[in-house]
Amino acid sequence: MIEIPVIRWGKPYESMQQMDVVHFETGETLAKVHEANGGIIKMDMRKARKAREILRSFSVNDLIRMCEVAADFYVDADLPLGNGTQSPDEFCTMQSATTGLPEHMCRFNMTKNAFVLKNMGQILDALTRGLPLDILTQGFGVEDRGVMVSYQANCNASGWVLPSNSPGVHTLWLPVIPLQIGLVMKPGPAEPWTPYRMYEAFAQAGVPREAFCLYPGGQDKGAELGGAVLESCERSVIFGGTATIEQYHGNPKVQAHGPGFSKIVLGDDKVDEWEKYLDLMFDSIYVNSGRSCISCSGIWVSRHASEIADALAQRLGPVAPRPMNDPDSGLAAFTLPGAAAAMSSQIDEGCQSPCVTEVTSQYRDGDRLVCNERCDFLRPTLLHVSDPDDPMANTEYMFPFASVVECPQDQFLNKCGYTLVCSAITDDESFKRELLDATNVDRLNIGEVKTLQLNWLQPHEGNIIDFLYRGRAFQNSPPPAH
Amino acid sequence: MDLSSVAASHREALDQHTRETVQWHFGEATGSEFWLKKKREFDFDPLTDVNSFTDLRKFPLFEDEWLRGGPMRRWVPQPLQDKPIYVFETGGTTGVPKSRVVVEDHWTDYEIFSDTIPDESFPRGANWLMLGPSGPRRLRLAVEHLAQHRGGICFCVDLDPRWVVKLLKKGKVTEAQEYSSHVIDQAMTVLGADNDIQCMFTTPKLLEALAMRLLDEGSSIEEAGIKGIFCGGTEFTPQWYRFACEELLGPNVYITPTYGNTLMGLACGKPFDPADNYKITYYAPQPRAVVEVVDFDDHTKLVDYGQTGRVKLYTMTKELFVPGFLERDEGEREKPHEKYPWDGVSGVRPYHVFAKTTTVGVY
Repeated sequence: MIEIPVIRWGKPYESMQQMDVVHFETGETLAKVHEANGGIIKMDMRKARKAREILRSFSVNDLIRMCEVAADFYVDADLPLGNGTQSPDEFCTMQSATTGLPEHMCRFNMTKNAFVLKNMGQILDALTRGLPLDILTQGFGVEDRGVMVSYQANCNASGWVLPSNSPGVHTLWLPVIPLQIGLVMKPGPAEPWTPYRMYEAFAQAGVPREAFCLYPGGQDKGAELGGAVLESCERSVIFGGTATIEQYHGNPKVQAHGPGFSKIVLGDDKVDEWEKYLDLMFDSIYVNSGRSCISCSGIWVSRHASEIADALAQRLGPVAPRPMNDPDSGLAAFTLPGAAAAMSSQIDEGCQSPCVTEVTSQYRDGDRLVCNERCDFLRPTLLHVSDPDDPMANTEYMFPFASVVECPQDQFLNKCGYTLVCSAITDDESFKRELLDATNVDRLNIGEVKTLQLNWLQPHEGNIIDFLYRGRAFQNSPPPAH
Repeated sequence: MDLSSVAASHREALDQHTRETVQWHFGEATGSEFWLKKKREFDFDPLTDVNSFTDLRKFPLFEDEWLRGGPMRRWVPQPLQDKPIYVFETGGTTGVPKSRVVVEDHWTDYEIFSDTIPDESFPRGANWLMLGPSGPRRLRLAVEHLAQHRGGICFCVDLDPRWVVKLLKKGKVTEAQEYSSHVIDQAMTVLGADNDIQCMFTTPKLLEALAMRLLDEGSSIEEAGIKGIFCGGTEFTPQWYRFACEELLGPNVYITPTYGNTLMGLACGKPFDPADNYKITYYAPQPRAVVEVVDFDDHTKLVDYGQTGRVKLYTMTKELFVPGFLERDEGEREKPHEKYPWDGVSGVRPYHVFAKTTTVGVY
């Protein structure tokens, strides 16, 4: 049995309390994970400065090169895991077995993380807008154009309260190490695998272990451990639902990531050619089992909504659960008891509205909710919503679920609410201008880009550089006379 | 005499104490209005049919909802009606609070507890800090009495735990942290005012906050003069115990866990033994109170030693009779100990069915 300790600035710590991480289908215990307590987090964060000092003893470019090496270790190597080791295949199997994500999706997420590590130099160059990176280390410096700039770290260590159900989010914290900031993670109860494997990959690549803390804990420890991370790190990121987002709204210390309500909008100039974009719409809804904030949950059109909904439903409706190791498995399992049933009930309730019709049901052999002994599935669900003000027009669930919403183009931006990714298919210059100006849209794609197709050179939900660093004035000589 | 013989003799004493308590609470000339009225609902006569502790199972479970609202005097046995009466709230964050009346039980319970704590860590004559909930709670006066009983003075802070629970339920984490800081500010002021405070009651969260504030200011619990701490709450887990001993307090500050509530009084922790590996076992102050660990589905059945069950409490004092109350906690049944030769409970934690809905505040 693999035992995974708490990591306190690189030192393993065996807790008096452990939790079993269990295979959701067989009930087999895959690992015993030592659980942290809030006090040790607060105590450790008193030493966060050392993590930054150690990382600053390397140049950012050295750390970027270590990221590139770490990518290879992460993808290819048998790496230590607690008192055992873990091969890349075992990593995918274990992650699938505890999160419910099919193995091929776990492998895909692994590739995605490795890509970010491999391209860290380019990514930081893009996110800092070409800043000479030693300025981050030194605190100030002169850019090529002769302008003095200064950046100050907002924190010595940044905290990450991670979810269990979405291994894709790990790309977001990878730049923290080359940015010379200590990395403090509270892994999701069912997904300790990526943080621990990445920690080992970084260490094997030469990044000092003293830059990392990992504080695992079960569901019942979530509030205590997450609370301690948020309280004691000057900058933290938390993943959660709408309530979590609202709770931390306006708190400069905390960046909360939640539902994306990502959408595709077909402009009036393109909507009559909707069949051309069916693959784009289907993939945006279905890929990665719809389990991401960048998965599409709404297709907004001014006409042809019924036909689009029917065409997508014909493809989505028949999709059914398959074994986790089946390369064609497209649906992730819900391993938290009752979660799938609750979502399915909410959707049924929403479908009571006269403006809402579930289109997939006619193409699905059986119910939306598939209950197994130890897990549940939700089969893809597509709604036709004739009123953009209906609550089901702007709803997101963590499975392939979307609404095709009838809405005049000139009302789209007023009705669509917060939208993490908006893929707009239009050549209408005036509509493009409105989209570019809309502050309720975070990532904007104008053109044939699937909502899931992220370019890592672009910032995601706020630029991590701006979150971890503060640009400020710095002078070491008097300014020119004026 | 071996431990099993000692345990058997204590069991006989418990049976005798049970008979006397039932006679008192159900006697026409002594019983409280509440129990005399309740007696009419029973299909047995407590005065003749309850002859042992086991016979208490004939009573229905005590429901703490009965404690909501007045008149309070209905709970007071007739011979105590002319004594000064305290009323303490036991819990409930909304609506009419659950209350219990007390005459001297809180003093007696803490005098008994006083005999269990070591003088070298809780020096007689030393002053105390009560860093816990104030207001209509028994704890505040009980700890103050403990300090006075041991020849010291007790310094207190203002702390309203219900406000914190309200803040947390509204998601106002920052405000809850500010309130915690406000409480710690008060403690720091008292500790820094030459009050010779060497002993303290507090809760795990507040102790963490106080210790870290002292560290921030270049001091420590030990340097602040504290030698002994007793600390309560289900957050006092083995892991927290170890963390407190190894990192928060250091080797020269003694800490002991306690478990209890306003109904039962105070259960003591088994004396620290490195061999226990920070396992925490509590023993009730028998015969005044008894703790059982019972089957989740049948509260009349004890689970086997080492097995998990729901915590069931009994209180049998002259002032209060509680013939079996299911606490909101669960744990493992433990064998008698030479210092406490009766059953104990270890691993106390929120009952798993309720745990998901409980909000734990600063205290």
